[in-house]
Amino acid sequence: MRKALIASISALALGLPSGAMAQDDPVRIGILVALEGAFAEGGADGVRNVELAIEQAGGSAGGREIETVVAPTDTTPDTTVRQARKLIEQDEVDIIIGPLSGSEGIAMRDFAKTIPDHTVINGISGALETTWVDPAENFFRFNLDGAQWGAGLGTYVVEEKGWDRVATVAADYSFGYTNFLGFAVDFCRAGGTIVERFWVPLGSSDFGGVIAAMPTDIDAIYLGVGGTDAINFLNQYAQAGADTNLIGGTIMADQTVLTSRGRAKEALIGTPTSGPLAEDNPDPAWQDYVAAYRDAFPEDERFPSPSLFGVGYYVATLAAIQALNEVDGDLSDGQAAFQEALATMPLETPLGTVTLNENRQATGSVFINEVVEDGEGGLKNEFKARQDDVNQTLGMTVEAFTAMGLPSRTTPDCNALGGNEG
Amino acid sequence: MAVVEDRRAGVQPMWVERIPPVWWALGLILLTMPAWAGDFILFQVMGWTFILGIIALSLMFLAGYGGMVSLIQMSVAAMAGYMVAIFGASGVAEISMGLPWWLYIPIAIGVAALFGTIVGALAVRTAGIYTIMITLAIASAFFYFTRQNYTIFNGYSGFNLVVPPQLFGVDWRQAVPFYYLTLGCAAICYAAVVYVSRAPFGLALQGVRDNPRRMAALGFNVTAHRVAAYTFASVIAAIGGILLVWQNAQIAPGTAGIPAVIDILVIAVVGGIGRPIGPFIGALIYVVLSTFSPDLLTAFGLSGERFNLLIGLGFLAVVFFSPDGVLGLWERWQARRARMSDPLKGGGA
Repeated sequence: MRKALIASISALALGLPSGAMAQDDPVRIGILVALEGAFAEGGADGVRNVELAIEQAGGSAGGREIETVVAPTDTTPDTTVRQARKLIEQDEVDIIIGPLSGSEGIAMRDFAKTIPDHTVINGISGALETTWVDPAENFFRFNLDGAQWGAGLGTYVVEEKGWDRVATVAADYSFGYTNFLGFAVDFCRAGGTIVERFWVPLGSSDFGGVIAAMPTDIDAIYLGVGGTDAINFLNQYAQAGADTNLIGGTIMADQTVLTSRGRAKEALIGTPTSGPLAEDNPDPAWQDYVAAYRDAFPEDERFPSPSLFGVGYYVATLAAIQALNEVDGDLSDGQAAFQEALATMPLETPLGTVTLNENRQATGSVFINEVVEDGEGGLKNEFKARQDDVNQTLGMTVEAFTAMGLPSRTTPDCNALGGNEG
Repeated sequence: MAVVEDRRAGVQPMWVERIPPVWWALGLILLTMPAWAGDFILFQVMGWTFILGIIALSLMFLAGYGGMVSLIQMSVAAMAGYMVAIFGASGVAEISMGLPWWLYIPIAIGVAALFGTIVGALAVRTAGIYTIMITLAIASAFFYFTRQNYTIFNGYSGFNLVVPPQLFGVDWRQAVPFYYLTLGCAAICYAAVVYVSRAPFGLALQGVRDNPRRMAALGFNVTAHRVAAYTFASVIAAIGGILLVWQNAQIAPGTAGIPAVIDILVIAVVGGIGRPIGPFIGALIYVVLSTFSPDLLTAFGLSGERFNLLIGLGFLAVVFFSPDGVLGLWERWQARRARMSDPLKGGGA
């Protein structure tokens, strides 16, 4: 802060054009990340990964040093906008990397419009609306959204598993709808039948009613809940007999559930899920990244392998560094050249090549995993398949995707997609 | 506690002369602030301070003058904010009605006041910890309701792009206009609370606080006074809520989540619930701590993610050294100074 002040005063005193100075100033990156609440651990992994990416780049990009400022949020949009404003106005950052969760992303999309000469690169927030409804010109998202994360799973269960009648149990909020939409679009197009949809509030502990009302003539249950909700469901489902297959949403079979105590999780064995990464992805780019992550931090200060949140922030930082290199650190003219570079350059990431569409939303790969026993009494995810080039409209035309409507309890309509409902 | 001085004795000075110099200085500082403070300080730090101060002021009114610790104030404020988003314009065009500002502001204050009054009517039949429990229960019910109701409150995502009207050709969301807007509202709310506390209603309310039975025996309707206090406090909180939604440009269930509800109590307690200025002091401390504590930690080479520790320690220190808030510290310091300067008075300050 003081250095910047001295620099700007001396620039004024010497009558230097400020553009000439700007090339030598460090680039300031604000890390907007949740460090409170349910995602605090993931958020901390996000910060670690930004540091890792900058360190790998030698601490500079485009000939300019990189400085970072962390702005913690508690995942509420209010706090996020407040912290973002602090980053811009108080800490005077050039680029914001973040936020982490869905409703924060939507709030940041609107905030980004008020700071057109700065750039926001999404951390890992996955709401479809962020880059689909009235997107901001200076908001870039290099991760897939919640709907894209569900793509590929529907075809996989119909074609590989032969499960074409499912009932769905998903969380009754935006991410639940969005992630379900990705699965349902694919599943219905593959000719599947959604027998019944159940929506459960976030933080449910009693699934007795849902389990009792579950239809009997189904091949599988799609479970779009996460964390402790998923553990509660599995426990109660196991007590009720656990007599059918499960299909998991993106946040269902994560480490919280796989490492939980009790026998209920055994119902999970053989459950396919889909998401933005596979821990045992054989791709060398991924393997190198995991090795670098493990080397960079002591074992008690990191996860066994990078988390979903961490990867998101890592990729966002890679994008910033690559674009800075491309424009030689030139952030003048309202960052026009930098934003142009971000929007047009394909990005090589540990998850494969990512390109952006006209809404500045990523097109990339989705990974299908299956829960298997790890041979030591625990469970793990095993990489089964990947679907590349999943775009924002899930392979539909923009018109068809728009006509389908935004994710909600009743969208998508399975019949309209070639499947069957109810 | 608001001491009612006996002003009839002696010659009444002009009301202007009665204002202590500290107030003149404070007023001058606040009015000239845009001349020497940056946009961030004006909009984010001071604007937010005034808004939280107004909401905490409504709690201070209930707790300090009415003896009722209510945790519903943040929900009432959020209700007003939601009404602004629903009846005014927002990014959620399917729900927002887009009425003009002179219609939606009274509606928002009215609905919030009604909500606060209904909660008050339920809560006044309890006392002490039961009031806290019942209002906390309703506050969390409000949070979960707004999170799951999609037809009116738009559920988890809430409303975005809620901005103040462009009135008199001024963009009220710019730093300087917004600063004066919040400052003006805070001053009006402060004056209203001071006025009401000295008006017959306020005096009766303080009587109800100190001895409800005696007040009932004197013919005062104790319950009606308490409910009316909730209504008045709700109007204050509603003003804070409307400003809050304009500042954030959006509202979501998290705005009135349990942490936010508790924060209002913390602000009022840290500032001191004895006098109406307390909540504003508490709000300033809260805002400064929550805005700058990550920077302070990183400045000392510590990990910024432990910022909550610093906030918690700050509040703990205030409550530990002064159970009646920062105001209590100030009052004790003044009492001590008076004792030191005037040895004849001894300890009788």
